Amino acid sequence: MTSRRTLLLAGLAAPALARPGFAADPIKIGMTQPLTGAVAASGNYVANGAKIATEVLNRAGGVLGRPIELILEDNKSNPREAVASVEKLVLRDKVPVLIGAWSSTFTLAIMPKLVEYKVPMVVETSSASRITTSGNPWVFRIAPTSEMEAVAFAELLGKFDPPVRKIDFLSVNNDFGRGAAEKFTEALRAKGAAIGRTETMTPEATDLAAQITALKQSDGDTVFVTTGVEQLTLALRQAVEQRLGKRIVSTGGSFPDQLLANPLPAGNSSFHILFYAPWFPERAPHPQLAETYTAEWNKKGWEFAGLTEGFRGFDAMLTVVEAIRIAGEPEAEAIREALWQVKIPGVNGDISFVKEGPAGRESGQNRPNVSVVRLSEGKASLL
Amino acid sequence: MDQTLQHLVNGTVLGGTYALLGIGLTLVFGIMRVVNFTHGELYTFGAYMAYALVALLQLDFILSLVLATVLGIGLGAAIELLLLRPMRRADIDSVMLVMIGAALVLQNAEMWAWGGVAKLIPNPFPGEPLVLGPVSVLPLRLFVLAVAAALLLGFWLLLDRTRFGVAMRATFQDPETAALMGVRIGWVNTATFALGSGLAAAAGALLGPVFIVSPTMGDLVGLKAFAIVILGGLGSLPGATIGGFALGYVEEFAGGFVSTEYRDAFGFLLIILVLALRPQGLVPAKERIG
Repeated sequence: MTSRRTLLLAGLAAPALARPGFAADPIKIGMTQPLTGAVAASGNYVANGAKIATEVLNRAGGVLGRPIELILEDNKSNPREAVASVEKLVLRDKVPVLIGAWSSTFTLAIMPKLVEYKVPMVVETSSASRITTSGNPWVFRIAPTSEMEAVAFAELLGKFDPPVRKIDFLSVNNDFGRGAAEKFTEALRAKGAAIGRTETMTPEATDLAAQITALKQSDGDTVFVTTGVEQLTLALRQAVEQRLGKRIVSTGGSFPDQLLANPLPAGNSSFHILFYAPWFPERAPHPQLAETYTAEWNKKGWEFAGLTEGFRGFDAMLTVVEAIRIAGEPEAEAIREALWQVKIPGVNGDISFVKEGPAGRESGQNRPNVSVVRLSEGKASLL
Repeated sequence: MDQTLQHLVNGTVLGGTYALLGIGLTLVFGIMRVVNFTHGELYTFGAYMAYALVALLQLDFILSLVLATVLGIGLGAAIELLLLRPMRRADIDSVMLVMIGAALVLQNAEMWAWGGVAKLIPNPFPGEPLVLGPVSVLPLRLFVLAVAAALLLGFWLLLDRTRFGVAMRATFQDPETAALMGVRIGWVNTATFALGSGLAAAAGALLGPVFIVSPTMGDLVGLKAFAIVILGGLGSLPGATIGGFALGYVEEFAGGFVSTEYRDAFGFLLIILVLALRPQGLVPAKERIG
């Protein structure tokens, strides 16, 4: 584990001119992300994280003596396009391994293709439980399931003052949103919280006034919002407009970065369940790695808040490259076998896989870390 | 009761938004009979222009809205001159295909120019809502509603009370006779499409600060605008207004009191019902028969 980190830091330190000369063809790694469409902000952040990891790893000598080439396809925030992007990556670009696809809906749409083409995929964001319990042996998820996130959050309930007594949900109407509402209901009910209303919204919806007015009628004290960054930003702004007057907690790692530069009026704050808090890299499980990632990101001049999602692409790329190194060849079946042996530090924490799903067809699931960040007047603080 | 009042306010604000979307399209689709698939993209263009002028060039907010509208008029004129004018005698299918192509080019150009990440447009209005008893509304939303009302009235007067309005209606009812009467029908075509485009851009520039700006923000808007125009009656400004408010109230009340899950479905159910019972729309435009 230490040697891997040392390698990464060596890559960071090596000046551009001292890059090793690669004689061999690059090893291709395919990635499908929503680079345009309803959840494009998140997809671009994740893609940027993967680009950084590729650069850092190439500076450290690539893998198996060959450079790494990231081939990025846009799934356009659409499950049909997600399938098309995977077809293109596998059939045209002949990638032996994939990273994707941000939303649970896109990932679930892709999964039969992984079995058909026998190509493993590291799932960096999607949280629906079904992804790792449906018996697809080509899926390895580094992101937490909604259930893991809910259970981890439930342990932090005591930190809220006033306490969380009754909860409502505002969820995007897809696998991500519905799955999170179900798992948070189970986890928080077990901790004694009462459950109020659940309101849903289509992923493209911009006017959420009807939903927020309906939530206002509940006597709950906390609303859990599950959706992408864009809709989360709208929900927070429209909650102020409608004087919702409840604590808002976002799930799934979405962070309304636009509200750092354009904060909500004074006195309005929100809470966000994140898997990396870039304001405090020193408090990450592997501070040196987190600082490396953060420094590289900032060097590019990319939006700071994108770091909260970009780490997913960074960690996914480290995972895939480590699997290729263990496999000793860029071949899909060998990489799949090697993924079970991966044990590396990531920005979120240690990455390794345990088996989930029906015996003989298990998927890999990592056990990630969770933190809660409070956003108030454009400033973030750890709960 | 408090909830009903808030839904009423929300529905009015949403209806004003929809009416604004509908009036631009009713000029082009309803009067010119051009199935304008670029309407949503012109809306997006207006929003991005407002973002560029307000957030990047830091111009005055109101001036930026006006400039974004003018730029939308310019883009509309260019589309009419370059794409529609050469196809004036082409069949509707060919025109539709050209407009779908133009919409795709515009959307991809927006993605290329601005990236996929959404933007927020700063505005000078207070972030705190105005509170009247149990209801609240942002001052920015009231501003949008007021501008939408002014635009609706202005365009109704333009169409109904001016020589240009008469020339416009004459051109699209009977182009040959209008030309014989001295109407420069080429110019009227360009001006009508440009004005419709300017209204779409104005809607985008006004609503961009209320919501967020992204390259695909026009997709749903384009669909809703067609629904509003068909609901209200083709080519009718009062129809687009009533259609916009009807859709806004149905979505808001059905979403609030029945199910937010099927909020959009209730809107389209209303359209199906109206078209089944009154195929010409709620307030059809007057047409000369024979």
